[in-house]
Amino acid sequence: MKKILAIALCVVMLGSFATMFAGCGNSGAGEVNVYNWGEYIAEGQDGLMNVIEEFEKETGIKVNYTTYETNEDLYNMLKNSNVSYDVVIPSEYMISKMIKEGMLLELNYDNIPNYKYINDRFKNLDCDPDNKYTVIYQWGVTALVYDKTKVEEAPKNWDALWDENLKGQILMFNNSRDAMAIAMQTLGIDPSNCTKDDIDKASEKLREQKPLLKKYVMDQVFTEMETSQSAIAPYYAGDIAAMMDENEDLDYCLPEYGSNLFYDAMCIPTCSKNKENAEKFINFMQKPEIAAENCKYLRYGCANDEAVKLLDDDIKNNELTLPGDEYLDKCYVFGNLDADVYEYMQEQFVKIQAE
Amino acid sequence: MKSKLLSVPYLIWMLVFTMIPLVMIGITAFTDNSGSFSLEAFTSAFEYTNVFLKSLWIALLSTVLCLIIAYPLAYIITQMRESTQNTVVMLLMIPMWMNFLLRIYAWVLLLQSGGPLDTLLSAIGIHGNYSNNTGAVIVGMVYEYMPFMLLPIYTVMGKIDKGLIEAAQDLGSNKMMVFRKVVFPLSIPGIISGITMVFVPSASTFVVAQYLGGTDDIMIGDIIDKIFFTNNHIGAAISLVLMIFILVFLVLMNLFGDEEAIA
Repeated sequence: MKKILAIALCVVMLGSFATMFAGCGNSGAGEVNVYNWGEYIAEGQDGLMNVIEEFEKETGIKVNYTTYETNEDLYNMLKNSNVSYDVVIPSEYMISKMIKEGMLLELNYDNIPNYKYINDRFKNLDCDPDNKYTVIYQWGVTALVYDKTKVEEAPKNWDALWDENLKGQILMFNNSRDAMAIAMQTLGIDPSNCTKDDIDKASEKLREQKPLLKKYVMDQVFTEMETSQSAIAPYYAGDIAAMMDENEDLDYCLPEYGSNLFYDAMCIPTCSKNKENAEKFINFMQKPEIAAENCKYLRYGCANDEAVKLLDDDIKNNELTLPGDEYLDKCYVFGNLDADVYEYMQEQFVKIQAE
Repeated sequence: MKSKLLSVPYLIWMLVFTMIPLVMIGITAFTDNSGSFSLEAFTSAFEYTNVFLKSLWIALLSTVLCLIIAYPLAYIITQMRESTQNTVVMLLMIPMWMNFLLRIYAWVLLLQSGGPLDTLLSAIGIHGNYSNNTGAVIVGMVYEYMPFMLLPIYTVMGKIDKGLIEAAQDLGSNKMMVFRKVVFPLSIPGIISGITMVFVPSASTFVVAQYLGGTDDIMIGDIIDKIFFTNNHIGAAISLVLMIFILVFLVLMNLFGDEEAIA
């Protein structure tokens, strides 16, 4: 009995070591180490194509695929560990930071011919204005999802998250950036480049909201909304589309004054040892058929014009996946906040929760 | 000489995975971003005193509940035939083979409104809210850590010399007296290690409160997790303070335990 337990524990420990060291060293020819967000690629789910296998089949390059949970995890991994990744997919504000700190390699766009399919809006991104380091992967906006049986009047903007009538049924982002940005928008502050003063005002607004909330959530929002446990929540529009597939009572609202436009882009970090393979991988991901498969799975915005043409009408015409130019013009993009401002924001948000 | 040589790998292990990280936490806690000495992180850490207290309170309640559930259970198991004992212990261990998060998530589904518990109680006319509160957090913790209380107590109880019990019976003790005078005092070391193994991890746990609690149920482990996102110094300072709290608790525990064992 005890022996079995001891062996089981050893196996678990060795297993975790193996995952710790995955992605390190050992990057001989014919490999590419990809470090992406969790569940952020079509891998044969829902009868879709397994994009990674397809790449391996076409090129013969072996993909070592690992995932992270937050931009900060990715940053710490690249900064503090002796690892070698070839393709990473950070969000806009993290890209600014990494470029500033010299953590990314310039891409050779001659090796990425599929870049020509990218919509102009998603070239020369704010975080990479000279277009040297990035190829967009997916984009999206934040929006509201609500339960029609619980919310009487269709909401127009974020104010619905402060509705006294919905007390105890409201969910809120459990992440400082998104939560603070929503509070700032309701106060008429531009969240893209906020100051400590703006953060104080937003914190006050969030303190007012706390007694009305059921919970601060991230992934839990799916079960909460899909099983009609809560009335209203802000989340990422692509995910709201997925929730609406599961529960007919759900509807969405794109705030009238615009919301946060976020995107993740593929980059090559300086620790890369297979730059050419990395560029092949990036190019492959923007092949129209492949980009379309990813879009079908993720339901996030697709920046590849040719791929959009391949999508079914119900995805193409879904405002949550592709909100249209008119709406995007109203949206804002997060800039790279100074480290001390971001730190302050995070700390204030934790304090609100700790009170 | 031979035994010294054998201990070398363990000493290296201790040094690399215990001592050095501890020193690094210490250094991080007592410096600021520029790397110079500063107590600023501790000033910030103490702004979370209410969360500290709440976490310790939740941990204490969970530990007591674990003890109340596990102690009689351990006693009952030791009274069974050996083969039955193994099966029962095995059955109690099986849930631990599953991922920790999955088990917590299962509790979310069990306790949510419209979930099995709610449906069952509504059918007999009891309506209530069972998730997103401190009670749910404690239920999750008790479920999570109960085996850590059960196993040490069970192991110690199983080792009690049957001769002692027979001797007590021969000298005229009834069942109750045998338990009070023989079984309970001899099982105290198991209780002490059980309490330690439940209290320490539950005081510093995170994620459980995030899943089962409401907006007010945030534990110190969650705060450390969030703060480390942007500020290692405050995170390290909170961890250090938590370690001191736990150390004080353990010292008190051991004092108490020794006295009991002597008496």
